[in-house]
Amino acid sequence: MTLLDSAPPSVADPASPTPTRPRRAGSLRAPLVGIAVTLVLAELLPRAGLIGGDALPPLSSVVAELVRQLGDSTLWEALGQTMRTWAVGLVLAVTGGVVVGVLIGLAPVLRELTASTVEFLRPIPSVALIPAVILLFGTGYQSGVVLIVYAGFWQVLVQVLYGVQDIDPVAEETARSYHAGPWALVRHLVWPTALPFVFTGVRLAASVALVLAITGELVIGTPGIGSAIAVAQSSGATTVTFALVVLTGVLGVLVNVAFRAAERSLLSWHPSVRRAGGAR
Amino acid sequence: MTADTTAVIGSPRSTVDSIVRVTGLKKVYESNRGPVEAIGDITFDVPRGQFACIVGPSGAGKTTLLKCLAGLLSPTAGEVVLEGERVDGPPRGMAVVFQEYGRSLFPWKTVQQNVELPLRLKKTPRDQREHKVAEALTAVGLADRGHAFPWQLSGGMQQRVAIARAIAYEPHVLLMDEPFAAVDAQTRADLEDLVRSLWQDLGVTTLFVTHDVDEAVYLGERVLVLSASPTCVLDDITVDLPADREQVDTRSSARFAALRTRVHRGIQDAKAGRRTPSEQPA
Repeated sequence: MTLLDSAPPSVADPASPTPTRPRRAGSLRAPLVGIAVTLVLAELLPRAGLIGGDALPPLSSVVAELVRQLGDSTLWEALGQTMRTWAVGLVLAVTGGVVVGVLIGLAPVLRELTASTVEFLRPIPSVALIPAVILLFGTGYQSGVVLIVYAGFWQVLVQVLYGVQDIDPVAEETARSYHAGPWALVRHLVWPTALPFVFTGVRLAASVALVLAITGELVIGTPGIGSAIAVAQSSGATTVTFALVVLTGVLGVLVNVAFRAAERSLLSWHPSVRRAGGAR
Repeated sequence: MTADTTAVIGSPRSTVDSIVRVTGLKKVYESNRGPVEAIGDITFDVPRGQFACIVGPSGAGKTTLLKCLAGLLSPTAGEVVLEGERVDGPPRGMAVVFQEYGRSLFPWKTVQQNVELPLRLKKTPRDQREHKVAEALTAVGLADRGHAFPWQLSGGMQQRVAIARAIAYEPHVLLMDEPFAAVDAQTRADLEDLVRSLWQDLGVTTLFVTHDVDEAVYLGERVLVLSASPTCVLDDITVDLPADREQVDTRSSARFAALRTRVHRGIQDAKAGRRTPSEQPA
């Protein structure tokens, strides 16, 4: 299942780098109903024993187990290890993607030279590299970082390339007519123009990084939430297994919410955020 | 000054202090369907401190000429000389106000930061920057809008910000590319009077490109009429209206009508493909 998840998701539409849509107050009820139905099903289906027999515990016992686990320091240690891999990998991927993206984006020659290579390397699923990465980097957390950097780098790079292409010719002529040098152009024009795209790239990379941090631990056995899931599964602790799975879901949501909030505050000038927040 | 500015094309170059000299300017674009000659041969001088308007029919290469003047395009032949130096990139002493104010102002910067940016690029010390920005915003009537973002302002106000940005830079030559083409008529009249009074206060040489005959006559001391592409200067008209102009009185005066007629005739000649003005009383 994770194999599918880690394939690079399709690139966001460059015309709408931040697909944030304002949600009307009236439509808030529908998602709540959806959540309620899901919760009820997650409780009733296992109790009815229709799927997997005893291997699928009802939601209430999974949640109870998760709460119990949260009082245990081993869970927090594993969580810390997973998040360290995630954060280190993400920072490296974003830094690399932004720097390389701006350089390539601003030099048409580099762009043409690298286009086909990028198109070949980008679709390689990071998980396909696991065996090679183990050979090269061993079974430490560094291997997880390498997987994340590989997958996240392309996400950010492609978005930055779109962002640099989005520079308004009139804005560029304005900057040039006022004698902006290369560094001033990047700082005052290229970077702010690309920023909404960078955010999209970072959000995509952050989700992929979480998938890969856990995949790496599951497959390689590096300590973390992933290996905790593997251990719980092999020792027959099905409720613990599902409690940890739910935890990874919560992590994913938190990561996404945090980045969206950062996006809204840093891009308050951008049309997509302006619309969502109303005129100020 | 006025005697020189009436110089007919082809007459000996004036010896007054010309801040801008355009000589034999030619611009040919390479396109898929072969070379396109946008500018044929343009020659003119602008004395220091003059307000000159450049008009021409649509597609007369007005924007191409402006970009060559601004150093944003390099000419195929001929040269632009600004204050004795040949222009081969954006010159130091020039500021440009573009037609598309909404795209020329940076939406991620406040009004104040937008006006300040050229000064930062010019390495003006911070305390002077603040003073100059405040002064420029006051001059365009936006002293209290410094902390707003451009997109929170009306179109006319945005163009005022762009003008403030240009004058805060303290250019020797101010280049304006159809700056009021995208605002409504009343705002346009206000902005015309603003530009006119800024020119009178600051004495900055102003080159104002427009397609509007009335605007050219109302604003300028001189109107250059461009021919159709490949462009040359078809007519060079001295606007001998009083220095103090007023939207209603000036525009309804007999002299304004006569000048307007001559410029309009020039535009019609240009559209008909003529390269020199047809016979008419000035």
